[in-house]
Amino acid sequence: MKWQRIGILSKLAAATAALVMSCASGSSSASQSASATVEVKDFMFAPVLSTISVGATVTWLNKDDEPHTVVSDTGLFRSAALDTNETFSFEFDRPGTYHFICSIHPSMVGTIVVQ
Amino acid sequence: MSNQPFSTSRRNALKCMAFGGAGTVFLLGGGVLTPVDLARAADYKRENAPLGKPLFVQISDTHIGFNKDANPDVNGTLTRTIDLVNAMPELPPLTIHTGDITHLSKPAEFDTAQQLLSRLRTTEMHTVPGEHDTTDPTVTEYFSRFGKPSGNKGYYSFDHAGVHFVALINVLQFKAGGLGTLGADQLAWVAADLKARSSSTPIVVFAHMPLWTIYEPWGWGTGDADQLVEPLRRFGSVTLLNGHIHQIVQKVEGNMTFHTARSTAYPQPAAGEGTGPGPLKVSATDLPKMLGITRVMVTPHRHSLALHDATIARADGETT
Repeated sequence: MKWQRIGILSKLAAATAALVMSCASGSSSASQSASATVEVKDFMFAPVLSTISVGATVTWLNKDDEPHTVVSDTGLFRSAALDTNETFSFEFDRPGTYHFICSIHPSMVGTIVVQ
Repeated sequence: MSNQPFSTSRRNALKCMAFGGAGTVFLLGGGVLTPVDLARAADYKRENAPLGKPLFVQISDTHIGFNKDANPDVNGTLTRTIDLVNAMPELPPLTIHTGDITHLSKPAEFDTAQQLLSRLRTTEMHTVPGEHDTTDPTVTEYFSRFGKPSGNKGYYSFDHAGVHFVALINVLQFKAGGLGTLGADQLAWVAADLKARSSSTPIVVFAHMPLWTIYEPWGWGTGDADQLVEPLRRFGSVTLLNGHIHQIVQKVEGNMTFHTARSTAYPQPAAGEGTGPGPLKVSATDLPKMLGITRVMVTPHRHSLALHDATIARADGETT
């Protein structure tokens, strides 16, 4: 397992690409996505649950004026504070169900299912 | 009924608006702590009011690094707040910062904050971290600068002028969907720390997140604060202070006064209004009024605190 921060310059492009790929993959084959984007907007993670395949990367993109974090409840991953339009990515290389919160606003919760 | 130690003239009100800073100064008189609006205190002639000796000033939620529309100049508003403190005719010896010193826990933000705060002419500064100060992956930026008094635990106590101060941390153990947490270790430490104090000792407890539940859906509270309150009940004067919600909310329970502080950076919506507790955008004219022009009237009764906070806009409309 590893985590990485994507550079500021590439973050929007990467996030947009991920979003496009995610959409292009179709609703019934979401589990086959090689990547997925979770938008952080209006103090919510959207989608609140994403299903991805092993080896896929999830990118969180903050669209709020308020910073948010992405913190795994098991300590597996933890982003720094993401300011507006900043992203955080994590590659999931094992199947399982992963819960995360924003540590600044812990009422914000989300889940990644890796199949 | 309340007494009003300061004249609330339109001129004063406008003067307060001009400052646009935030802070509350606490006066100690006869063992009773009395919060007084900072802008008024700076303008306050000592011989005119029998309130006591200034003990400390509370500054909160400076959010250095924030640069959005809600306030593109947080350094400027903090600077104005500091000027206001430094202009007080009698300086309080202590400053208490109740957290969210920075916006994103970045080293440069902490450096700027320290540089700005070093202009305070008060002799001591005590801090607790906010959740915005502990988002760096290793949670070391805050502690490397401010962790010494607590041995990097985040909680500690000290005494000043016969008042016992307890600094607490409630921003590290968030649970999904939950409120802030003090945790068993810290709660046990507080109980032991208080045990040695006589019930007549005035107690000041401060933390970043509210020490009572103001609005659970936004996490405005501390889940295990009830266990903190228990050992405090026997004391004759307990003041519990926090920041976090960028507006004033107060509760009085027995001898305990819970009081939140305004931010020096930007306002937040009232509980439950809008999508979440983010920066509230207001007009440039309205911003100073939202940044902590707190109007506090103090009852003359020595053993009860009754505070009245209002925006300057409201105070300005009054003709007392």
